Amino acid sequence: MSVKKFVVGCFDDEKVLFPAVKQVRKAGYKIHDVYTPFPIHGLDHAIGIRETSIHTAGFIFGITGTSTALGFMGWIFTKDWPLNIGGKPHFPLPAFIPITFEMTVLFAAVGMTLTFCYLCQLSPFLKRHHFHPRATDDLFVMVIECTEKSNETEVAAFLQSNGAIEVNVQEAETGWWLGTYDKQQKLYRPEEVGY
Amino acid sequence: MNNQFVIPGGYKKWTAGLMIVGALSLLGGIIFLNPLAGSTGDNLDSTRFWAVLLQNSLYWLLLVNTAMFFICITTLAMGGWQVAFRRVTEAISSLVPILGIIFLVVILSIVFGHRYDIYPWLDKTAVAANKALSGKKGFLSPTFYTAASLITIGLWWYIGKKMRDLSIQTDKEGPLDYEAGKKWVLKNTSWGAAFIVVFGLTVGSTMPWLWLMSIDAKWFSTMFSWYTFASTFVSGIALITLFVVYLKNRGELEYVTDEHIHDLGKFMFAFSIFWTYLWFSQYMLIWYANIPEETTYFKLRVQGPYHGLFLFNLICNFVCPILILMKKSTKRNYAIITFMSVLIIFGHWIDFYQMVMPGTVKGNPKLSWYEFGIPIGFVGVILWGVGRFLSRVPLLARYHPFLKESIIHHT
Repeated sequence: MSVKKFVVGCFDDEKVLFPAVKQVRKAGYKIHDVYTPFPIHGLDHAIGIRETSIHTAGFIFGITGTSTALGFMGWIFTKDWPLNIGGKPHFPLPAFIPITFEMTVLFAAVGMTLTFCYLCQLSPFLKRHHFHPRATDDLFVMVIECTEKSNETEVAAFLQSNGAIEVNVQEAETGWWLGTYDKQQKLYRPEEVGY
Repeated sequence: MNNQFVIPGGYKKWTAGLMIVGALSLLGGIIFLNPLAGSTGDNLDSTRFWAVLLQNSLYWLLLVNTAMFFICITTLAMGGWQVAFRRVTEAISSLVPILGIIFLVVILSIVFGHRYDIYPWLDKTAVAANKALSGKKGFLSPTFYTAASLITIGLWWYIGKKMRDLSIQTDKEGPLDYEAGKKWVLKNTSWGAAFIVVFGLTVGSTMPWLWLMSIDAKWFSTMFSWYTFASTFVSGIALITLFVVYLKNRGELEYVTDEHIHDLGKFMFAFSIFWTYLWFSQYMLIWYANIPEETTYFKLRVQGPYHGLFLFNLICNFVCPILILMKKSTKRNYAIITFMSVLIIFGHWIDFYQMVMPGTVKGNPKLSWYEFGIPIGFVGVILWGVGRFLSRVPLLARYHPFLKESIIHHT
């Protein structure tokens, strides 16, 4: 929960944005995020953020759901309250599979939604800082985080020279709960596939 | 960039070798297994001979036909990503006529050779004596069986040929302008739609009832065809993946990237689970209802000598794909994806084995030289056909209107 300084550059074209992202990373600036009106294939690779860990979380939630369902039903029908249902065994695995499947999906879905909200630091009644209102309409907004090493006027000039039509400096809070999900960034490698 | 596939020497050697193994197995079968003796089931080897031929010719036919189905669904969905390797799928589907003829020869010999041990409904006295069988007389009759098989394979052949010709036509006519491109896409989509309808009415609903399910003529499952389709679709995708990876490793298919391999891996992963879903739906309903006329099918498979294969089938086709193909990095790893493709093709071959064998050779399953020799021969035929097609046409459908979409494809 810290207030940080950001340099915000707006682009009006994807074709300008991609080379600019590349140049910014080459120069060693830290990209906080790029906000676009629509999903752009390959942008996540281009800005070099690390792979999300949400699928690992999903797998763990799913396994938890599977074992909860099987364990609970198994305990009820073998230990707590054994019933003879149609002469089937007390632990009729095929009959349990649909419920187990549903529980796996339920745990994974709910768990992943909450994890996603945490990773993006979203919550109801929380007002997040918008870097530019037109990011939801027609502008591609690149936000660069200022560290102690970077000079904001220099960064702003750099963005402008790479085709940003509008550049300004803003201060914003990052994260609100239990630390921040700091987006680690891979350093630019020249052999990377250009997008 | 050389856009022409030249069959390398190693490929030719493998093709010839595998085909010779298959031919020798067939010859051995003819000599040692008495194919003409005992059509009532009293000669086990004779039954084995025809059952294995039926299993393999049908499995590999459905596998190569899946490639054309894959082209048509991606065409209908206006997909562009598959265009970079469309020629590979076309090459695989070009085998439908050859494997179709082999299959027709096998099934017509079975039907007109009166093999009661394979199809009990051929036995007229048994049918008349049994109410369950005589009720199906119209459907399970040699006339209907033959006519339906001929029409089915004829239509696959004809529409598949049309689709391939349309694709090759673009190479000859050069770049299409906007109007011509639109016309071409409409034509391509229409033929694709026709194929989907035929495919849905045949593999998707009726033909596996005739070809496979009627081995256990008294038993029935409405899910059976769709289940067979799922089985062949996932292994068909695995076959496509194998050829794409092979060509990629040889430095061909310049525009195919990890993204395309990743998408094929996703198909394999998703449809392995789809297969399990259908397998389980069929199994659970029968297990739960516990009606004797339905459970007979699973009695031999779950409790009899096929128990090991039954479990292996599940492990190989469900547990392995879901655990190994779940991660993104494994779907992009050529070694793992090759291994998984081979495993899935083998696993579904076993699936077909346990569909055919319990109804024919009953409690005496054998997995020996003949059972493995015949599929090796079929693999050889597929290698030969794919190599032949690929060496005749450019490897990239260069003027396909959606090619750009495939080049910039990104997941």
